[in-house]
Amino acid sequence: MSVDGKGWVGKAVPRKEEDRLLRGRGKFADDIKLREMLYLRFVRSSYAHANIVSIDTSDAEKIPGVICTLTGSEIASQTQPFIEMAPDPGGKIQDYPLAISKVRYQGEPVAAVMAISPGIADDGAEAVQVEYAALDPVVDAEQALTDASILHEEAGTNKVWGGVFEYGDVEQAFREAASVIEIDRMHFHRFSSTPLENNVVIAQWDPKDERIYYSCNNSFPSFAIQFLAAHLNVHIDRIRVQTSDIGGSFGIKITSYPQMAVCALASKKAGGRPIKWVETRSEHMISSAHGNERTFRDTRVALDKDGVITAITSRHIDDCGAYPRYEPLGCVIWSQVFPGVYRFKNARIDFSQAVTNKCPVGPNRGYSRMQHLWFLERVVDICAHELGIPADEMRLRNYIRPEEFPYTTPNGCIYDSGNYPKMLEVAKQLIGWDAWKKKQAEARKEGRMLGIGIGTTLDSGTNNFGQAQIVNPGAPFSGNSQGANCKLDIYGEVVVAVGSCPQGQGHETTAAQVVADVLNINPDLITVRTGFDTERNVHTGFSGTYASQFAVSGLSAVHGAAQKLKAEMKRLAAFVLKSKEEDLEFGVGGQGPEVRSKSNGKSINYWGMANIVNVNSAVLPVEMHDVTLNCRYIWRAPFKVPDIKRKYGNLTMTYASQLHIAVVEIDRETFIPKILDYVAVDDCGTVINPPIVEGQVYGATAHGIGAALLENCVYDSVGNMLTSTFSDYIPITAMNMPTVKYGHIETPSPHSYSGAKGMGEGGAAPIHTISAALQDALFDKRIFIDDSFNNPDSLFRALKGEIGRADDIVKVERRA
Amino acid sequence: MPETVEKVAIQLKVNGKPHSVTVEPRMLLVQLLREELDLTGTHVGCDTTYCGACTVLMNGEAVKSCTMFALQADGAEILTVEGLEKDGQLHPIQKAFGDSYGLQCGYCTPGLMLSTLQLVTKNPEPSENDIRKAIAGNTCRCTGYQNIFKAIRQASRNMKGV
Repeated sequence: MSVDGKGWVGKAVPRKEEDRLLRGRGKFADDIKLREMLYLRFVRSSYAHANIVSIDTSDAEKIPGVICTLTGSEIASQTQPFIEMAPDPGGKIQDYPLAISKVRYQGEPVAAVMAISPGIADDGAEAVQVEYAALDPVVDAEQALTDASILHEEAGTNKVWGGVFEYGDVEQAFREAASVIEIDRMHFHRFSSTPLENNVVIAQWDPKDERIYYSCNNSFPSFAIQFLAAHLNVHIDRIRVQTSDIGGSFGIKITSYPQMAVCALASKKAGGRPIKWVETRSEHMISSAHGNERTFRDTRVALDKDGVITAITSRHIDDCGAYPRYEPLGCVIWSQVFPGVYRFKNARIDFSQAVTNKCPVGPNRGYSRMQHLWFLERVVDICAHELGIPADEMRLRNYIRPEEFPYTTPNGCIYDSGNYPKMLEVAKQLIGWDAWKKKQAEARKEGRMLGIGIGTTLDSGTNNFGQAQIVNPGAPFSGNSQGANCKLDIYGEVVVAVGSCPQGQGHETTAAQVVADVLNINPDLITVRTGFDTERNVHTGFSGTYASQFAVSGLSAVHGAAQKLKAEMKRLAAFVLKSKEEDLEFGVGGQGPEVRSKSNGKSINYWGMANIVNVNSAVLPVEMHDVTLNCRYIWRAPFKVPDIKRKYGNLTMTYASQLHIAVVEIDRETFIPKILDYVAVDDCGTVINPPIVEGQVYGATAHGIGAALLENCVYDSVGNMLTSTFSDYIPITAMNMPTVKYGHIETPSPHSYSGAKGMGEGGAAPIHTISAALQDALFDKRIFIDDSFNNPDSLFRALKGEIGRADDIVKVERRA
Repeated sequence: MPETVEKVAIQLKVNGKPHSVTVEPRMLLVQLLREELDLTGTHVGCDTTYCGACTVLMNGEAVKSCTMFALQADGAEILTVEGLEKDGQLHPIQKAFGDSYGLQCGYCTPGLMLSTLQLVTKNPEPSENDIRKAIAGNTCRCTGYQNIFKAIRQASRNMKGV
């Protein structure tokens, strides 16, 4: 029914979400107020590592309007510690939502105060007296691995997980190498995409039906309820989670289940009154979740005479903060993109993860893969530089070739499609590569530090959760699934529900586009339910919005449900219209959406069909009693359980890719790195809605540029977080976001029904790209960009010779 | 201590409607709007004047309602996002943000639209730099600002057509 007759998928359909959001009628969690509601305020640790000597809540409880307080020991007596994903010893870690006998990061919740207003709750929290006995804090993951000061005594070590990922014949590759390049240490910094809306939880443990009702903005509710049910000792069906509009998550809101637990227990203690907790920004910065920090040690790269990488060995140490929570999944998730976009077959990565006295990490946009992709891009640029090969040429020699797709990586992942050389060509054209090269040569003559950098990245989407078994063979997870429901309601309205939990990705719109094409009607005629609700019964254990997958898992589920509905409508219409099913066509007639028979010209509209099934059912013959026009469909990804021993198997369904080019100049007086030009080229297969995709690319680009130049979670040596407000953390603004030139190619995925690939995380391409550009700007100064975060201060120190000295970091052995 | 705090009576106009309310001295303007007047379109993002999710117009000037006391709005005229539409029709700025895909999660959008209104009222033909400066105090975490720039350019064109 679209104007050109080609369908709605692929068109710039206006977003269905827009109208309410533009009018200020979005419904965010903090907008909800309930009868008898109480407000919760956490008392938080000022220490990074300390024993709790005593907690005295008596003064707080005397304040008029304070209803009750809650401490960790009260919680411990009525709950189980949260599930740990790690095998022992990491699995022995005991994680409760309020600290019990010790605190392990600054900002860890120690107690909660419930009061009749937010102001009184604040007063109450200030009146709680906590006495601490300080312990040695550990803020560096490598130090943590020495176990000199242990965070979790029950585990006996700070090492959460360790394992070696080895493929091919590494030793032979090094024996045959024409050159070997060693890189001592590189570091990927800790940052967070800090959604603008903080975490919000409203919980009621209703004594009337002993159920727990949540309205919140958690972005992976199916995961949260699995953790909560086990922790709270309740049947999972007793927990209802609803979300509505969510003000961004970027993965950070996945791990809000501890706060959700406290709110439920607080409600129980308050006799079933609803509890509302609205996180402040400072709370968010110190204690919600940060992205994973990672250090890369003792990297060795073997190359042939043409600069083609033949092997890499390296030791990677991941810092997951004080409690693993979603970890150690990040210890395997990176291996979805094990060789990045490159062809090398031989590699050995010794991976370990440690707890430190810092905020726990969460799966931040680009989760675990971006750290590894940044590492690979640094390796490629450093090798290119040392061997005197231009950065673009180095990539062309090492990229997986277009004709090699679908490409099986050394660890068994199947890259569905892609064309990296083509993306490079498009990006170079958009930025005006040759012209910038000329300008760069002129600038260098003047002594200006102007660099051009390329970053190629992957956005792997739709996980095989079987990879959890690579970190923990006992983990009862594998595959992936998503649910959807498509129905004609009693009056014939088309209503769609999905198990996703969107935060601005436009799922209502893209789901409507898919259904519109199946039924051949306009997307305006389709209602897609907002947010997530366990009561809709469309969720599976994997439902939520994370890991770049909606276009594949979500829309496949929607498509399946719509087709199921269509099949039922056909049967019903064939019966009513006395026509053959193959003679029926779907469309819109004088009385709205309808099914008509080409053979006899009769038609029945959606109201008519819904009427028969729902309220006029005596006319239905018995053999059609299974027609409900209310169709639930569960889509399952065609995955196998990976080979755990070899750490081998397909870990992700689709591989979207991005190629960015940046031109950056470092000011010679202020050392401020200024982006002079920027291009982002995207390939996410078949596009469902071009402006939505373009918007996701811009958003991911802003997060990456912010992370590369501005945003860093800084801790001092004793674990005080120094960037606990936006004024310190400096999220990227309109003043420092460059104009981005957008380019696009399309290599349809053979793995998804529509050819689409999941996208949205963006693979943190700007971090790789800006590191590369800065490297290029400093090309003649023997300075290496060995950290993912670079601001004027670090560039100043590098230029003074304090950090990044190539001679300390890189060794080159030329044999041929 | 809280039980001894006296409430103060203030009067203000919000979206053209007069209100007489009594407020605790520590109540913030955004709390008055959201909690007392139920105008939940104005949001809180950072608590410290950085992000501008709470931006409203006070006597035509964009202010951060999360770092102003409600008391300071005594006698003022406040415009919030709910006051932009007229007879159910979207304001040209709202239309421009929608048409330009200038929002994703929509949490920052009310504040951005009010900063835009201040800009285009004072400067009907803003340059790229004028636009960036006008929204320097409005953080968006979703869009990377590109479509917001586009929306504001479109808004200034739309406004001329009004």
